Amino acid sequence: MTLDDLSAALRGAHDSRTPLRIRGAGSKDFYGGLLAGEVLDVAAHAGIVAYEPTELYITAKCGTPLAEIEAALADKGQMLAFEPPHFSGATVGGCVAAGLSGPRRQQAGAVRDFMLGVKLIDGTGQMLDFGGQVMKNVAGYDLSRLVAGSLGTLGVLAEVTLKVLPQPVAEQTLVFDMNEGEAVKRLNQWGGQPLPISASFWHEGKLWLRLSGAKAAVAAAVGKLAGSVAVDAEKHWISVREQTHPAFAGDVLWRLALPSGAPSPGLDGLRAIEWGGALRWYTGELDAVRGAAARLGGHAVLYHAPESLRCREGAFAPLAPAMLALHRRLKNAFDPRRILNPGRFYAEF
Amino acid sequence: MMTPEPAFATNRAALAARLKTILPAHCLLVDAEDLRPYECDGLTAYRALPMAVCLPETEGQVVDVLRTCHQLGVPVVARGAGTGLSGGAMPHAQGVVLSLARFNKILRVDRSARIAVVQPGVRNLAVSEAAAPYDLYYAPDPSSQIACTLGGNVAENSGGVHCLKYGLTVHNVLRIRVVSIEGEVFEIGSEAPDSPGYDLLALLIGSEGMLGVVTEVTVKLVPKPELAQVVMASFDDVGKAGDAVAMIIAAGIIPAGLEMMDKPATAAVEPYVKAGYDLDAAAILLCESDGTPEEVAEEISRVTEVLKAAGAGNIRVSQSESERLRFWAGRKAAFPAVGRITPDYYCMDGTIPRKRVAEMLGSIVEMEKKYALRCANVFHAGDGNLHPLIMYDAAKPGEWERAEAFGAEILELSVALGGSITGEHGVGIEKINQMCVQYTTPELETFHRVKAAFDERGLLNPGKAVPSLHRCAEYGRMHVHHGEVKFPELERF
Repeated sequence: MTLDDLSAALRGAHDSRTPLRIRGAGSKDFYGGLLAGEVLDVAAHAGIVAYEPTELYITAKCGTPLAEIEAALADKGQMLAFEPPHFSGATVGGCVAAGLSGPRRQQAGAVRDFMLGVKLIDGTGQMLDFGGQVMKNVAGYDLSRLVAGSLGTLGVLAEVTLKVLPQPVAEQTLVFDMNEGEAVKRLNQWGGQPLPISASFWHEGKLWLRLSGAKAAVAAAVGKLAGSVAVDAEKHWISVREQTHPAFAGDVLWRLALPSGAPSPGLDGLRAIEWGGALRWYTGELDAVRGAAARLGGHAVLYHAPESLRCREGAFAPLAPAMLALHRRLKNAFDPRRILNPGRFYAEF
Repeated sequence: MMTPEPAFATNRAALAARLKTILPAHCLLVDAEDLRPYECDGLTAYRALPMAVCLPETEGQVVDVLRTCHQLGVPVVARGAGTGLSGGAMPHAQGVVLSLARFNKILRVDRSARIAVVQPGVRNLAVSEAAAPYDLYYAPDPSSQIACTLGGNVAENSGGVHCLKYGLTVHNVLRIRVVSIEGEVFEIGSEAPDSPGYDLLALLIGSEGMLGVVTEVTVKLVPKPELAQVVMASFDDVGKAGDAVAMIIAAGIIPAGLEMMDKPATAAVEPYVKAGYDLDAAAILLCESDGTPEEVAEEISRVTEVLKAAGAGNIRVSQSESERLRFWAGRKAAFPAVGRITPDYYCMDGTIPRKRVAEMLGSIVEMEKKYALRCANVFHAGDGNLHPLIMYDAAKPGEWERAEAFGAEILELSVALGGSITGEHGVGIEKINQMCVQYTTPELETFHRVKAAFDERGLLNPGKAVPSLHRCAEYGRMHVHHGEVKFPELERF
């Protein structure tokens, strides 16, 4: 499958007004709004195009499995610092389109923070190149970051360039016994100190804290924080990143993004806290969860849920009318016939 | 799409009369002598006198000014401190300058949340000063940080010497309030991660005042490292210095800062700052490490080994905070130092892959001969961002034109080497023609459609940042690139 094939497929769909459902590995079919349209399978457009360890970037076609990318990076002692989940065979295109970051996000940043460039095929089949392979580029609007998390509604991300970083030299995980309120308080206190905290995870009275960096810095922090050193830490963080940890079980899972120091939203069903307090997971069909998140200055994503519930509630927090109008105009700038993943982001487009 | 640049015909008297009904007298300038200080920004070669300067004090007044201009079809150019280097804040002769200078309050510094909420006219350095009592600071530190404002930083996605490790403005801003040209107020981003909807924060940051006017900025503050030390290394060859940069990265080190200066740059700086630079070196590298004392010691020793292996001659490590600051002082003063040895200089801002640095420097030496002008080079070497400083004398006929052509050639070579025409200064008016080299017609059309989604009538900062296709056709006519005609589908006249 070549770029031209993809472009032709999109042009054809545009001409015939055929809605398309862009699909890589399908590992995040559960995420976002309804799946609608004819499947455009882009998994075959795969392969690493360029990887230059000393330039700190990797360019790959959208169907490239994350596992292949991470293996190539690990070979040179580097990594995707935002630790995206793989679930079952995720591709790099889907990773960027969904915009989901993993445990290291609190230290390293989100998917969008590592976007350097994208080859985008828009909803009319045009091939567009934004950004590039250099670390700094402010020529033109930053459309390569805009597509991160856009769930394929602005175009097929045929090729992406991501910034990569060296793996930390040392890593240690500490475990503490503490309740929810104490965990949030401590995480925010530690966050204000120069400690090499790269991940945090609270679940049922236990807080896991990962420290990453230079050997000396990690050792000093371990001494200072006085938790117990975790065994099997690597497995633990994989279970958090891949959401195979029991904390993520259940038919209905809400993902609340809050200011890191926000007090408890007063909801039942707290399952886990990540990102220094900024990400909190709740289970159950919660009434008023969106209102509670908004009151604390955050928002709630209906992350895992039966289709009927996602259909009723919408996966993402609703946009105010003026903001929704702006989103529609932007969508229109890339996909005037709204053929790309209709309803996957918001029902309105 | 082949329409020429939009023309505006503003009725000066009618505009002034309307603005007087919405702004108190001390917030409005309309007399020519009062307008003069606003005729350019840091790029003084381009000037225009606006019809009025508005200095609102409240967001409500910003809304009123924008609504009024929208109704009257009058261009609006937002302005912070006017330190920009690409003419992004150059006024429109038929328009209004909207100065955010009076939005100069730090509204909140929250130690526990590690954020600061500031108005757009607050100076970059003032944010770190306000956060200092809590051992926190705002990471992006453009060289102009004493003067430049957060609003301008947002507009340009400013970087600085520490952005290799700590990121650009886009990585350090959490939320902005923006007023659209129609006077609608939007909250974009939040203190919570992953705001719903498209990542408009990323789109707005670096949009050069083309999409909206920022009235409030929430930034992330980070803990101040316990210690910072800088290694200074001399090289007898710029190629070796460039290779050393790649070797540091390859060793798995992301330094807090990694800067390079060539011989003409150190020669200009040393008499001015007395930083202790090696004046015999073809190039020097400054490599900063920060963190806990243990961490810094570990990193400095690894960096030193790499530098030795890369063929560095003299290597010095700062032994005190004052020595560290002195090493940096030369780099930070490079622009004014060059300004002392030449009547005028023209600063470029291309980015290239790190491995092409030596090649680029070689080409610049050739261009110095071709244009008969000298050039000093300072780089954010860690992220491949070059600042060639082309020296000229505006009083001598033809020198500015040669400097401009010299700069254009550097930018176009940056694109050819796989880089970009601008890393942190923005396109503004200065690099508008080179945008035609970096982007194709469909890409530029996409930018125009994005612009129209925010500002359908094109009133915000018209003529900047993204060239019209008409302009590119004109430029292509003058300037055939690599023997190809860039916009073959367009008629030329």
